[in-house]
Amino acid sequence: MDYDKLGRKPLSHSQIPDVKRSKSNSIENSKFIIRILYFICFMLLICDPFIHKHGPFDVEYVWGFYTFCGFIACVTFVVGAKLLRVILMQPEGYYD
Amino acid sequence: MISELNPGLILILGAFFVPLLPRCLRSIYMLAIPIIALVYLSYLPVGEFGRIPLFDMELVTLRVDRLSLVFGYVFLIAAVIGIIYSWHVRDWAQHVSGMVYAGSAVGAAFAGDLVTLFVFWELTAIASVFLIWASRTVASYRSGHRYLIIQIGSGVILLSGILIYFRDTGSISFNSIGIEMFAGQLILLAFGIKCAFPLLNNWLQDSYPHATVTGTVLLSAYTTKLAVYALARGYAGTDILIPVGVVMAVFPIFFAIIENDMRRLLAHALNNQLGFMVVGVGIGTELAINGVAAHAFCHIIYKALLFMAVGAVLFRVGTAKASELGGLRDVMPWTFAFCMVGAASISLPFFSSFVAKSLILSAALKGEYFWPWILMLTASAGAFFVCGLRLPYAVFGGERAKDLKFLHKVPTNMYVAMSLAAVLCISIGVYYTPLYKIMPYSVKYDPYTLDHIVVQLQLVAFSTLAFMLMIKLKMLPVLKKSTIIDGDWVYRKFGYHLAQTLALMAQVSWISGARGLTKAVVKLERLVNTYHSSDSVLGRTWPSGSIASCAVIILCCYLVLFYLA
Repeated sequence: MDYDKLGRKPLSHSQIPDVKRSKSNSIENSKFIIRILYFICFMLLICDPFIHKHGPFDVEYVWGFYTFCGFIACVTFVVGAKLLRVILMQPEGYYD
Repeated sequence: MISELNPGLILILGAFFVPLLPRCLRSIYMLAIPIIALVYLSYLPVGEFGRIPLFDMELVTLRVDRLSLVFGYVFLIAAVIGIIYSWHVRDWAQHVSGMVYAGSAVGAAFAGDLVTLFVFWELTAIASVFLIWASRTVASYRSGHRYLIIQIGSGVILLSGILIYFRDTGSISFNSIGIEMFAGQLILLAFGIKCAFPLLNNWLQDSYPHATVTGTVLLSAYTTKLAVYALARGYAGTDILIPVGVVMAVFPIFFAIIENDMRRLLAHALNNQLGFMVVGVGIGTELAINGVAAHAFCHIIYKALLFMAVGAVLFRVGTAKASELGGLRDVMPWTFAFCMVGAASISLPFFSSFVAKSLILSAALKGEYFWPWILMLTASAGAFFVCGLRLPYAVFGGERAKDLKFLHKVPTNMYVAMSLAAVLCISIGVYYTPLYKIMPYSVKYDPYTLDHIVVQLQLVAFSTLAFMLMIKLKMLPVLKKSTIIDGDWVYRKFGYHLAQTLALMAQVSWISGARGLTKAVVKLERLVNTYHSSDSVLGRTWPSGSIASCAVIILCCYLVLFYLA
């Protein structure tokens, strides 16, 4: 029986992927994808005034409200998290 | 009689035969049990059954209505997915506890009175802790203990709430409770612990990353969503839940962004989505409760999918820490694809949550709750940022991590379970009518309007843009091996040290007190010895003549005093 108690079977030698051979083509470096993203964002921003919204709050009718909301929210979260990290981050095994 | 059986009991009783079966039959048997329960459920009529008199109370062990049916269905679907995902596991203890756990969650969803709810409530706690202990590490053992203490604590608070509620109202029926009475507040606290309210949430992020690969998938589905169900039944329209839910939706995002352990990141994101449901319960209109039920339904499936994808990575390379992962997309392309389906299900059109979460958001809009609405929007963008961008990028994107050890081949059953969940995520998103049909109230809502699609895409696209720009500008916090302290610091560090200090002080005061006492006793003894020992003034024997002369002197003094007076 080559399975262990958790039902795992160790890999044979040939099944281990060759780490050195596979090239890393990072998504963030692919100019094509980034250009598509810019294009989509641009289109979504300029089509905003033509969309008929019907919420009760005035702020929703500001041009590109949802785009700014998404963008600013993410930036705020990251900046806030980075600040929090100063206080909250401890070395691994802190509780042990 | 058979139609009065709580469907949860099918799983609970069925679980006890699992260890007796040979392995080849076990897999089929385990899958058949929740499917039988699903079929049984679909034939159950609406109403209250299984009445059992107990002292002067009447238990209703099976109450079927539209709200309990939604949760019953999704709990059983999650059981099917979770069981397929764990087919390869040979440890039958995990299978048994998993099935009992699922069964007791289903049982609690169909409990018609508070006592039956309490019984199943405690059973979920006891059954689920074995999924954490099954990892068989010291960390999981300790974490399991903390989990158990908190879960049982929630049960004890629930029981005391029920007892006071029974004394005050003379009823144990599980309907709208409200927070006017003290009993109602106690029961809300018990539900709040299981629902991971702010500051009561630490058991969730503490225990889920310590459970087994397969156990976490089941854990993510039941405990918290059962609490959401209980809140929706007992506290719909309780205003205080709106700010509580908003805090729950926003704050975990900060923690998720800096979290290194991907399973803990998902636990934070789970907490964040629970916040939306709690806000929905707080709003309490028909639209909002529909939103809560629909979102819980979708969330269970897509969160399970995300946990399964991360679990597959953990299974294959032995770690789920972002600092040790990266660039796995060409090694594990299918897992990557499933992970992206789970991520897309958080926000994107034609995926499940798009048709569900928007019910809660539009309930907030209709009720003109400005701040909850805007904060939920940001939390929604944040949730996509964390689960849809941060997690896949850390695990599958970027540079291939060095020193990755490929330990095990991911078994086929894991892929089957993931694809089942992925198909459900997409099909609910595309064809949402069946979901809306089983909602507690009739749904008059069309998610696929042009404005809804565009604004949702705007939110998602600009979150992605922010993410890409932050990668380019190297603004994203680099994930390192670390411990992010959370509210559990209070009892794991501060409380621990406080207890230690108190123990030390008690010890010191005991020792010094004892020493002081001994000294005092010795002093007293000396003092006594000085005057009362056999040869000291008061202790020695005096001659009788001296006593007589003393008496004469005293009498003389008396005479003189008498004469003077």
